[in-house]
Amino acid sequence: MPLRFLVQAMPLDPGHHHVLHPAAPQAGHIEWLYWITFWILFAVFVLMIVAFAGAAAKSGVVADHPLPILEKDEEGDRRASWGVASAVGITVITLFVILVLSVVSGKRVEGLTSKNPVTIQITGHQWWWEITYPNSQADQTITTANEIHVPIDTPVVVLTNSTDVIHSFWAPSITGKRDLLPGYSSAFWFEIDKAGIYHGQCAEFCGLQHAHMGFSIVAEPIDEFQAWQQQQLKPASAPSNAEAVRGREVFLTHACLMCHTIRGTDAGSRFGPDLTHVASRNMIAAETLPNTAGSLAGWIVDPQRIKPGTEMSPNPLAPDDLQSLVIYLQSLQ
Amino acid sequence: MAVAEPIIANDQDTGESELGRRLARTWCQPKGFWGWFSNTHHSDIGVRFMVTAFIFFLLGGVLAAMIRLQLIRPEHSLMGPDFYNQVFTMHGSTMIFLFAVPMLFQGFGVYVVPLMCGARNIAFPRLNAFSYYLYVGGALVLWGGLLTNMGPDVGWFAYVPLSGPAYSPGHRADIWSQMITFTEVSALGVAICLATTILRHRAPGMTLNRMPILLWEKLVISMAVIFAMPAVMIASGLLLLDRVVGTHFFNPAEGGDVLLYQHLFWFFGHPEVYIIFLPGAAIVSTLVECFSRRRILGYTPIVVSVVATGFIGFGVWVHHMFATGLPQLSESFFTAASLMIVIPTGVQFFCWVATILNGRLQLQLPMLWCFGFFFVFLIGGLSGVMLASVPVDLQVHDTYFVVAHFHYVLIGGALFPMFAGIYFWFPKITGRMANAKLGTWHFWLFFIGFNTTFFTLHFLGLRGMPRRVYTYSPDMHWQGLNVLASSGVIFMTAGLLVFLANVIRSLRVGEIAGNNPWRDAGLEWSMSSPPPPYNFLHIPTVSGRDPLWEDPPDQPVVVGLRDDIRETLVTHSLDADPQHKDEDPGPSIWPFLTALTVSAAFVGSIFTPWAVPIGAPLVIVTMIGWLWPRGQSPTPRPSGES
Repeated sequence: MPLRFLVQAMPLDPGHHHVLHPAAPQAGHIEWLYWITFWILFAVFVLMIVAFAGAAAKSGVVADHPLPILEKDEEGDRRASWGVASAVGITVITLFVILVLSVVSGKRVEGLTSKNPVTIQITGHQWWWEITYPNSQADQTITTANEIHVPIDTPVVVLTNSTDVIHSFWAPSITGKRDLLPGYSSAFWFEIDKAGIYHGQCAEFCGLQHAHMGFSIVAEPIDEFQAWQQQQLKPASAPSNAEAVRGREVFLTHACLMCHTIRGTDAGSRFGPDLTHVASRNMIAAETLPNTAGSLAGWIVDPQRIKPGTEMSPNPLAPDDLQSLVIYLQSLQ
Repeated sequence: MAVAEPIIANDQDTGESELGRRLARTWCQPKGFWGWFSNTHHSDIGVRFMVTAFIFFLLGGVLAAMIRLQLIRPEHSLMGPDFYNQVFTMHGSTMIFLFAVPMLFQGFGVYVVPLMCGARNIAFPRLNAFSYYLYVGGALVLWGGLLTNMGPDVGWFAYVPLSGPAYSPGHRADIWSQMITFTEVSALGVAICLATTILRHRAPGMTLNRMPILLWEKLVISMAVIFAMPAVMIASGLLLLDRVVGTHFFNPAEGGDVLLYQHLFWFFGHPEVYIIFLPGAAIVSTLVECFSRRRILGYTPIVVSVVATGFIGFGVWVHHMFATGLPQLSESFFTAASLMIVIPTGVQFFCWVATILNGRLQLQLPMLWCFGFFFVFLIGGLSGVMLASVPVDLQVHDTYFVVAHFHYVLIGGALFPMFAGIYFWFPKITGRMANAKLGTWHFWLFFIGFNTTFFTLHFLGLRGMPRRVYTYSPDMHWQGLNVLASSGVIFMTAGLLVFLANVIRSLRVGEIAGNNPWRDAGLEWSMSSPPPPYNFLHIPTVSGRDPLWEDPPDQPVVVGLRDDIRETLVTHSLDADPQHKDEDPGPSIWPFLTALTVSAAFVGSIFTPWAVPIGAPLVIVTMIGWLWPRGQSPTPRPSGES
């Protein structure tokens, strides 16, 4: 069938972002359901096209002038009525099969069996994702942005929330999407069985930068995940050289601290992403730019050029201030 | 109001042409500039609806081409997000509210329903004219908004809180919600006119079980409009209250509810899909019958299916909201309902196949477009079955897969039948045939272009491209498919240019059509083309489902209606027995003036709530003018005298 061939002939997305290339059991169930429904409906499609083409070929004529009206053909109509009735019967059975398949798969996708999940809280913001790993002890709670680390082979329960408009959390290779609704908290779960970095994106139109509201899920073995957790729990590392010390001064004396947190310094605002370990992340600006010195500098100076409408305002820093700031941020492992 | 019973007699009138002259004098519409605004005849208003809606279809198409142009390159800088968001919002709003419904339900319905019923005019002709002007008002508000940098930018369903006062300052979202008010009041007005015409102005003998399928569908759609539109007017009205006077219906911070809006909107929004699709299906049923040269097989199952669609259409709205995280039981319920609605549509498809099979198919131009409909709508319907399944929907919801699906359903279900209908009724409306060769070119160009664009979008959705993104990263490898999708626009544009050329050419030099070029069965083919202002010289009677095919040449006609005033016949809603005569109110400028004052109040209320108390008295003044008694009608003569 050309459809499957076409889809698979395309190169894999580097970010693992594809409904039909599942990396997780849930997306796998859905892919299975997708294909089985697809083939049933494809058969229906072929039958209907054959029926129309056959009917047209049997009764078709080419005529410029309207032909006379056919007389009533009781026998032919009775046969055709039986045909219609059996087609309706087959339709009902087919739909029932699809309903059962859908409900059964739905149960398999939604049901959570394991008792020891990792819980994360995802809060949608215009236009980035706040990720926290809640813990009953405040100092054991991790807060990060846009890059979600999870252990493989472990269920992850996601608590959703939004502070402004509706967003929708969607990583196609992992599982179906879930809206983040302001005023509603809900929960869903996923589990990844192949280590890797998977891409995701906001799926509900949320304003100017809906297109640049990506995130990534880093699935890693449990020991690497725990190491990452330990690193994230630490406060920001102290600047190790004069340039970085100056960078911290720039950060604390400019608009940066109005919105961002760097734990271990005086910057404690929760309006923008937490930058305590910003250098540990692969991307910045909600998966818009790679986390390099150049893109950090470009982003800080003129975020409105990169993401028009973003909440971050331009920061016309002196070149050496900017350089120090970038060096400081890159030291925040 | 006249009370004398009209009688039914064999047509023994000898002075036919003299009667025609008298009727034409009585029923003629005023000329000149003000006359144009006073016209209340259904065929004029219907044509205006269709022409206006088609202009907005072309404008909406230009926006679609801009969207496709923006997406042919990753990080394309042709449009910024601010303008792009206006463009896709305007595209959706224009196509749904200014084109699909006004074209197929209002325009086509207003034109053809009285002719099919055997009536001289639509019921409540002034309300009908008012509805047209209000629709134009809404259209001008929306497009005026775009031209003054107030184009709505929150998507055609304007979810809160994004469209609320906190996240959409300025007047863009207000423009959107008032445009809804305009167009929905207009649709409600026409729904009342059409339902009343169908129920009370059918020709004697046209009992409910002899009504053409097209009239059944118009009746069902009118009812759906009457029940669905209030929901969206409440949604957009509460949104406007939140925005203009600071209520908190949808503000979660003050106890408002963002999901309430979605329920209200989709309670309208899903029936709306059927309001758009059923007129298409009605056209197809009519054409399949005509071009198979036999009466349609399965009249009763088709009618039952249409009525069932109207009902079930109100029970599936939550499938637009699966991703909000509902309990599994309710999701399963709405999956089942969404699958169930396939059955009545399937019944119609099977009946069409059976009719063609047992008929003598003439594959003429309108029928070619019907075959386009079969192919395209079938794909859209089947991908809709996939979307009814919650797990699959959660993957492809809000992606280009869904964009592909609903374009297959809406373009397949409405646009292909619309072109079929245009080519079919063009001779009736204009008196000239449209050129079949150009029409065939139009079909193939459009068909190829459409499938190139929209079939490709399924793959983009599966590869994870969300809808409504103004750009995408080169890392996503979406460019190739986007270029392929955009290339279809060239073919569709070429097809539409061929269509416009065909219309202009055929209007001037098309072959003269005559009364009934397709030898169809409907009453609308019994008078000259285009129809005279009085439609029927005598109100016809019918004795079967396909009057022009079955009725004997000496089929009686109704006499006894006066020719010196605009008398119409009112019949029983079930068995169409003549009940009494009524008088058509005739042309009036007041519906136009009322539409002006209502528009002023609606537009003003975007800027200040005071527009309502100031505007209301003005509206009342014009309503008084509208309803001002015209003195007593001349005493009706006893029936049977003329």
